[in-house]
Amino acid sequence: MTNCNCDCERSEQKHEEETTILPDWKKAFVNRQEFLKLVSISLSGVIGLVATIPAVAFILNYLFVSKPPKWVNVGQMTKFKEGETVQVGFHDPYILPWDGVSGHRAAWLRREPDNKFTAFAISCTHLGCPVRWQAQAKLFMCPCHGGVYYSDGQVAGGPPPRPLQRYPVRLVNDDVQIQVGTFITEPESEAG
Amino acid sequence: MKIIDNLLEWVEERTGLKAPIMHMLAHPVPPGSKWFYVFGTAIMTSFIVQVITGIALSTLYVPSAGQAYESVQYISSQAPFGAFVRGLHYFGASAMILFTGLHMIRIYVMGSFKYPRELNWLVGVGLLFLTVAMGFTGQILRWDQNSVWTVAVGAQQAMRMPIIGKYIVEILVSGEEVGSSTLSHFFTYHVFVLPGILIGAIGLHVWLVLHNGISEPPVPGELVDPKTYRKKYSDMLKREGKPFWPDAAWRDIVFSTIVVIGIVALALWYGPPAVERPPDPSLINAQPKPDWYLLWYFALLALLPKEIEDAFIILAPLFVVVVFLLIPILAPYGERSPRRRPWAVASVAFIVTFVLALTVAGVKEPWSPNFTAKPLTPEIVGVTSGPISDGAKVFNTKGCLYCHAIDGQGGMRGPNLTYVGDRLTHNQITLRIVNGGNNMPAYAASITPKELKDLTTFLESRKAK
Repeated sequence: MTNCNCDCERSEQKHEEETTILPDWKKAFVNRQEFLKLVSISLSGVIGLVATIPAVAFILNYLFVSKPPKWVNVGQMTKFKEGETVQVGFHDPYILPWDGVSGHRAAWLRREPDNKFTAFAISCTHLGCPVRWQAQAKLFMCPCHGGVYYSDGQVAGGPPPRPLQRYPVRLVNDDVQIQVGTFITEPESEAG
Repeated sequence: MKIIDNLLEWVEERTGLKAPIMHMLAHPVPPGSKWFYVFGTAIMTSFIVQVITGIALSTLYVPSAGQAYESVQYISSQAPFGAFVRGLHYFGASAMILFTGLHMIRIYVMGSFKYPRELNWLVGVGLLFLTVAMGFTGQILRWDQNSVWTVAVGAQQAMRMPIIGKYIVEILVSGEEVGSSTLSHFFTYHVFVLPGILIGAIGLHVWLVLHNGISEPPVPGELVDPKTYRKKYSDMLKREGKPFWPDAAWRDIVFSTIVVIGIVALALWYGPPAVERPPDPSLINAQPKPDWYLLWYFALLALLPKEIEDAFIILAPLFVVVVFLLIPILAPYGERSPRRRPWAVASVAFIVTFVLALTVAGVKEPWSPNFTAKPLTPEIVGVTSGPISDGAKVFNTKGCLYCHAIDGQGGMRGPNLTYVGDRLTHNQITLRIVNGGNNMPAYAASITPKELKDLTTFLESRKAK
């Protein structure tokens, strides 16, 4: 009994030593064991891919969805006084029902003479913190790293590399509309 | 007791687990591995605290952009034990990051990354980045105003990357905007993906420690030679090695107990990090800041010269990763003792001092306008009427106060103007206000002649005597 156990163990050990995980490619179609390895590894790969590819595609679903900029109403023209810069709020045009207050957005809107308007993104072009309009000083100031912009969005001081991003503005009847994209500003879409 | 013994024997016969577990616990360790060797277990202990408290928090946390903020508020202020468990989770994360740093410093200074433990180091580097990623994703799950803007700040940095920046941002934000998709994805990363990878990497790291053995304390002049090292190490263990359990394990457990007591004490004393205003991006009075362990980097971005900032934001993180990965490849053999590796010790001392100094600067934020500065009082101004008093009012209203301090009141971004009248003449002050310069905006278009005259008069009056 003991001898048998020893023999069995030795045989098992020898088998383990001889067995490799990957098939011997040259013998894959002539040797049963090598062929079984090839079939098992190939099918394991298929199982993995079938489960993984749709899941990863689903996780990255946003890469397959296009969200072009949309026009949003920010108020009636008469609401805004000439020469004043005010904060306007609106909803993300692509808001989802479960976004809650996270779907709120804001921009700075300035009314110029002759019924012209300029809309600025609230994100600092340095690192994206929200800039604050200081009406008395007529400056936008960023709380994070001290970026400062003039009332026309040009950089007045600090680390911002570019002027504040501008949104296109149009008047539809008496409504002021701005075309909003993302609030993370892209270098190529700087102030126009 | 006999019943327990019998039960264990019954389980052992069917599982065969006792032998490998005892083999692992009793593996011999070098005799000199004492208190410097306890940080690894401290990280593991902190991680266990994180897993337990994380599971607990997930039973009440709602990973929806519309309700996450309210659920965190409920956990923090109403749920029984909620504030305490959140505190444990926060300080447990802090402990993990702190001890990962200390563990890596110990490994580097003692040359324990050299042959045959190069892979231990590389997996450890992966664990460091995973730990920081866990911290960052966890901060976002608070889903308050700071979280929302912290994602925006991270995304804005990624946007600097040429060509692929936009795509990195999309992956970071999980879409084009910070919103529900962002939170859901961060929740998945924080709760499923990163912990899964982390547990796997910890398992691999522990396996490598068992396989290669705990590095012996370095001796000056005893060089690592791959041809002889394993035999020398094995002979030394046979000669002087002690079983890990309990000869070395007790120190790990004592230290881990102290760590857990520290986490509990901090959670009770300070409580969890404050939940700030709601995650409404239209509330613009936000001042986003990362948690303490990334504050040094946030500070660095404020202090960098503008000209090199783009290159730095893109290349510095890559450089750090490459340096970490190259360490065991560039110096795999030779001297391990810190006494014979002065540059290694000096570089660690420099990096630690650099990070600490930047962290202190990050807390003080001298570069940020002080929006909460109180207006100058008549006591500071010295008069209550006339041009000097009017000039002081202009100083208050035009935002000068946000960046300049007078008598300790105001911001630190610009020079202190308490005694500016002693340094600059009337013309110099006027020119600086009108034209700006050195980060100061030009006020020519936003100040009236009367305001300029009053402001200059006020500043001229600021003299030591």
